[in-house]
Amino acid sequence: MTTATKTTNSPFWQGVRDGAPFILVIAPFSMLFGVVGTEAGLHLAETMAFSVLVIAGAAQFAAVQLLTDNVPTLIALISALAVNLRMAMYSASLTPWLGPAPLWQRALAAYFTVDQSYACAVVKYEQEPHLSVPERMAYFFGVVTPICPLWYVFTLVGALVGDAMPAGLPLDFALPITFLAMIGPMLRTPAHVAAALVSVALALGLAWLPWNLGLLVAGLAGMMAGAQVELVLARRADRSGRA
Amino acid sequence: MIEGPALWLFIAVLGAGTFGLRFVFLGLIGDRPMPEWVLRHLRYTAVAVLPGLAAPLVVWPTATGGTFDAPRMAAALVTLGLGYWTHNVILAISAGALTLFGGLAILS
Repeated sequence: MTTATKTTNSPFWQGVRDGAPFILVIAPFSMLFGVVGTEAGLHLAETMAFSVLVIAGAAQFAAVQLLTDNVPTLIALISALAVNLRMAMYSASLTPWLGPAPLWQRALAAYFTVDQSYACAVVKYEQEPHLSVPERMAYFFGVVTPICPLWYVFTLVGALVGDAMPAGLPLDFALPITFLAMIGPMLRTPAHVAAALVSVALALGLAWLPWNLGLLVAGLAGMMAGAQVELVLARRADRSGRA
Repeated sequence: MIEGPALWLFIAVLGAGTFGLRFVFLGLIGDRPMPEWVLRHLRYTAVAVLPGLAAPLVVWPTATGGTFDAPRMAAALVTLGLGYWTHNVILAISAGALTLFGGLAILS
């Protein structure tokens, strides 16, 4: 994560730098989707349509899995959308920072809102609140630049090479490792730590809920925990400041 | 498994729905002001969602059919710890992957 505030680098290039590490996990993960989609019987164009139109790894895997299991189409659709419900929370969270931008830019940013671009952006915006709205947009698209095109390209590679993937690679863990690497730098205050702990406890405790709803409850409860701890700490600081 | 036009319709609706979820607040609220209590909650979105997303994948890995797996837990702790103390994402991911490969090699 960059800490320099006065460099000759534009926000766009800072974004590219911050997004680049995720190539390590995005490339194998999207390649795996290409392989899984092809093995499930999807045509090349259909596999690519998933990655271009949906552009959300976890939901894509869930959808293909459910369709392969011959789950009713509507249930498969709702389940895959539920996996993506967190995107609505990301959208709300980005609004105070990117809201004043032109509509077409906001629509484009919405399309490219993935876990990595969202996580990098909010950390950057909080660290450097003086950034202008165009600078924030430039940073956002900078993060997206090394990530999303490779998402398409490596889906294609996976769909074309198929079984040539080395067997036994623990690719299931590419996703959790990315998330954990992003969470570490976010735990800046006791309020952030409280939000994370509540989220983990509820996500594990409510994992039995259908359609990934446990994550939604865990996310909302985590946000409430963070907000409450922030309030309590602010009041305490206020009181000791006055005393 | 559905195919042909039905599958294309499925992909299109999933894509449109996902875009809708991404666009709903950013697109429709825009720069209208939001109340302070809403903003206070939104500040914790990332740190409330990502840990909840990762935790079940770490504790009950899909690759082992949901059975606890020591190499994966070790890799998770190394990644989280390095991310926290160094703020270096690439270092955290690399060290986590190495821990996972090492752990799996030792146990196999």
